[in-house]
Amino acid sequence: MEEKTAIIEAIIFASEVPLTVERMAEIIPDTDKREIKALLEKLVGEYTERGGGFCLMEVAGGFQFRTRQDLAPWVRKLKAARPAMLSPAALETLAVVAYRQPLVKSDIDRIRGVDTSGALKGLLEKRLVRIVGRKDVPGKPIIYGTTKKFLEVFNLMDLSELPTLRELKDLQE
Amino acid sequence: MSYEIKLDVFEGPLDLLLYLIRKNEIDIYNIPIALITEQYLEYLDMMRSLNLDLAGEYLVLAATLIHIKSRMLLPPAEDEGDGGDEQDPRAELVRQLLEYQAFKEAALNLEARPLLDRDVFSRGAPAEDPAGTEDEDEVMIEVGVFELVQAFRSIVAGLDKSDDLVIDTERMSLTDKINEIMERLSEKKQLTFNELLGERTDRKGIVYTFLAILELMKLRMIRAYQAGPFGTIRLSLAVEG
Repeated sequence: MEEKTAIIEAIIFASEVPLTVERMAEIIPDTDKREIKALLEKLVGEYTERGGGFCLMEVAGGFQFRTRQDLAPWVRKLKAARPAMLSPAALETLAVVAYRQPLVKSDIDRIRGVDTSGALKGLLEKRLVRIVGRKDVPGKPIIYGTTKKFLEVFNLMDLSELPTLRELKDLQE
Repeated sequence: MSYEIKLDVFEGPLDLLLYLIRKNEIDIYNIPIALITEQYLEYLDMMRSLNLDLAGEYLVLAATLIHIKSRMLLPPAEDEGDGGDEQDPRAELVRQLLEYQAFKEAALNLEARPLLDRDVFSRGAPAEDPAGTEDEDEVMIEVGVFELVQAFRSIVAGLDKSDDLVIDTERMSLTDKINEIMERLSEKKQLTFNELLGERTDRKGIVYTFLAILELMKLRMIRAYQAGPFGTIRLSLAVEG
């Protein structure tokens, strides 16, 4: 294996969060992002080909080793604790925020037809949603958006990876 | 019989309406308002008879449905010269339903993704670093009340729940607490949130210290900084004394 590929593998392995190409370029001297991207592609391919227990995945704008999805039951046994699942209300709220951000709470309430205070609070606590700022209208309502953690948890490279909303697209035609 | 039944089958009035539309196999673009309104009201009655706390939003939609129904009964206004472009009284509701349905679907799509810590796992979770990273070149971001409340919660959560009831003779005042914090901060220049709160073991002491911090922030006497999400919260004097 080429030395640089080995370095990339090592720093991704040691990183606690998805490691960005930018950060890798800072760490590895005399290497530009294009070169790193090419090496990463090879590395990702190697792991996929190997078909082992984990692979190298691109999430939240960076790279991270993650276990294979179909092996989840075993890893879950190891972790013992059940993952905290989101309620349907929380998921709906999260979907609205993800697709319509930045937006204020009244927008979410209007789309869902119910008061979303509770669900929104839970999402803020879980750090899936964050306060982006305040809207410059009377009452200065808080503007919400999704976080990097949202991308990490939902296995998304970036927001553009979200599938387009079907019905709305149909409606606009 | 428990009174804590919660009908969380429906996420709200729009959800109930979508359910009725699906159940009756109705074309969403051509809703028979009379039928749907009737069924909708029946459901509300049922929910009420089950002693369910009926959210106001359900009633609002009931009113909307009845309003639409009455408008459908009226002959279309023909006195308007331009006519032709007659707006269906149901249009706004249909738009709302479609929009809601799209997001409901999007929520299911999100749920079906390989979720971290459910379907996929990264290497061992980062250990909580109580000491905080002492990186000097950290970029400090100013902390808002929300992060402070979070930090406060995590400290309260760590409290020994089996605390004996102590009849306390020491009377605490917010002013004293504020003075104490200001004194300690002018001495040390910078203290972490945990240093200020963590040493107290009694709930009351923590609450008072927290209130004092909030008050001082409001008065802009101190500032709170954090290196990043989950980072240690540091407090310092706003004006160098």
